Amino acid sequence: MSAQTLYDKIWDAHAVGTRADGQTMLYIDLQLLHEVTSPQAFAGLALHGRGLWRVAANLATPDHNVPTENRELGLAGIEDAVAKQQVVTLDDNCRRYGITQFDILDPRQGIVHVVGPEQGATQPGMTIVCGDSHTSTHGAFAALAQGIGTSDVEHVMATQCLVQSKAENMRVAVDGALTEGVYAKDLILAIIGAIGTAGATGHTIEYMGSGVLELSMEARMTLCNMSIEAGARAGLVAVDDTTLEYLHGRPRAPQGELWDLAHDYWLTLHSDDDAEFASGFQIDAATLIPQVTWGTSPELVVGIDSATPNPDDAPDPAQGQSLQLALDYMGLAADQPMVEIGLDRIFIGSCTNARIEDLRAAANVVRGRKVAKRIKQALVVPGSGLVKAQAEAEGLADVFLEAGFEWRAAGCSMCLAMNPDRLQPEERCASTSNRNFEGRQGHGGRTHLVSPVMAAAAAIQGRFVDVRSLL
Amino acid sequence: MRSFERVTGIVAPLDRLNVDTDQIIPKQFLKSIKRTGFGDNLFDAWRFADEGAIGKTPNERRLNPDFVLNQSRYQDARILLARRNFGCGSSREHAVWSLLEFGFRCVIAPSFADIFLSNCFKNGLLPIVLEEEVIDELFEMVNACTGFEVNVDLPAQAILLPAGERFEFAIDPFKKRTLIEGLDDIDLTLDYREEIAAFESRHRQRMPWIFIN
Repeated sequence: MSAQTLYDKIWDAHAVGTRADGQTMLYIDLQLLHEVTSPQAFAGLALHGRGLWRVAANLATPDHNVPTENRELGLAGIEDAVAKQQVVTLDDNCRRYGITQFDILDPRQGIVHVVGPEQGATQPGMTIVCGDSHTSTHGAFAALAQGIGTSDVEHVMATQCLVQSKAENMRVAVDGALTEGVYAKDLILAIIGAIGTAGATGHTIEYMGSGVLELSMEARMTLCNMSIEAGARAGLVAVDDTTLEYLHGRPRAPQGELWDLAHDYWLTLHSDDDAEFASGFQIDAATLIPQVTWGTSPELVVGIDSATPNPDDAPDPAQGQSLQLALDYMGLAADQPMVEIGLDRIFIGSCTNARIEDLRAAANVVRGRKVAKRIKQALVVPGSGLVKAQAEAEGLADVFLEAGFEWRAAGCSMCLAMNPDRLQPEERCASTSNRNFEGRQGHGGRTHLVSPVMAAAAAIQGRFVDVRSLL
Repeated sequence: MRSFERVTGIVAPLDRLNVDTDQIIPKQFLKSIKRTGFGDNLFDAWRFADEGAIGKTPNERRLNPDFVLNQSRYQDARILLARRNFGCGSSREHAVWSLLEFGFRCVIAPSFADIFLSNCFKNGLLPIVLEEEVIDELFEMVNACTGFEVNVDLPAQAILLPAGERFEFAIDPFKKRTLIEGLDDIDLTLDYREEIAAFESRHRQRMPWIFIN
């Protein structure tokens, strides 16, 4: 057999066959469900009198529009009646079909992409889908994990298959190690800045190289999480000891003989040495500095030592116009240094950066310091109930609270502002989330994407600052 | 699924790169548990000068007169002309539902984001990919001529222009058939239910740990 990429291997292990329309039916091992993109899928099933193909392949938790305050009230704490109906509908559907759900009161509830790995539900070599584009997160475990639309959610419920054509292979090689104060978030932002938000469209990315091997599982999740911001539906990292150590002993991970069996298979989950990739990109991690987005697309990013671009310098008028629109929306001028940009709110959270290591790193910057007076609100929203509990046990919650941060319950929160946590028009936010699109964090709000330590540093200074000067 | 064969209609030009699904349908309107009711909030932050809320109808809102879809010449447009990487961002299928409900049946662009593209085919919204130069030419024509109408003919794989000119486009033959016949995608897969069951049984033997939970 010819040399295969990791993507080829997982694809081949799940290809049921080819449908008459030429597309492949890919068997799906795990479907993660949340309240926003599943109700119409459940309704579609009922409408056609169809059942779930394999109930145990589904795992649900509400995350997108759950409030991060008054959590002890459960459903009664959701003031928005329309949002509440979605959460109630997820409860009803899970009960009706017998799907395991970590509901709003369950300590394991959280952002679906934090919960899956934390529970050991996310395992190497699996095919995973979810009606959420950041499903790419799970690729950190060498799982082929893709975001899908609601019609496909219903399709997978009914058939256990996702029907698609195979993507191309793309290799992103990361050489060297990140230096102090520079994180996986900076790495992925720099990659997106270089290849663009459509740079990996039609491809599955595999991140490899010495720089990736050194990353923790949580950092790899941050990296894979934003593959979609580069246009790729899925990002992958090969299995190594770091992967296995993370998984061992987690509630849904195999144990005993099954662990041994799985372990042997998992160690085959890497690209063969001479495997071919349709495209590639190389980046030196050692020379990277902290990154900040300045515009309304994740590709509009610069190092903290740089300034906003000048649209007059754009290679063509269309791009110049695009840059100008972004500057106008963001309320910024051309050639404005990033360190001069002041902030109104700080958001530390989201499926990109709300795991325990993120909170530890941010707390290290915050410890013994105070949130700047000009900051109206600085939020920390842990990725799951378990992350929250662990952070509290480690004393991190107190560090944030003493500095003037608010400490909230788990959910997507201000990453997409479907719940009450949101920006007001023209408010500017340093956010550890993944999208800086217009209005993403609230109508008229302005989002700058950064790492957790950069968000923490911005909270302390009230403006962007190179966090390395505070370490 | 809603079928697509031919559509004749006004073309509306949306001259922006990387239009993301957060723009197509902002998240505050995703709270419905139905597939309908999203058309009123298509491009909400661009179409309206005020902030929308669920249940507020367009009649109660202030229109943004500068936004292209609000110009009288583009009322009743059925074809959206767009720039590259259209539909990037979130996987929300609501973006496709809102475009359809607003009245669009076809989006023409140099490139689309993958998940959006897949969602189009599941709902009978025809995405047409054309070369960047052809798109530029179309933008010029649309801007130059009020009431610019084209006929999108899927069986012929062509966009027929008023002056008799035609732009041909490529489309996967099977996707084309699915759209024309409006086939139910789940039924198409369930035709293979025995193959899926047989695969699952082999898969369970090979990787039993996947099936323990």
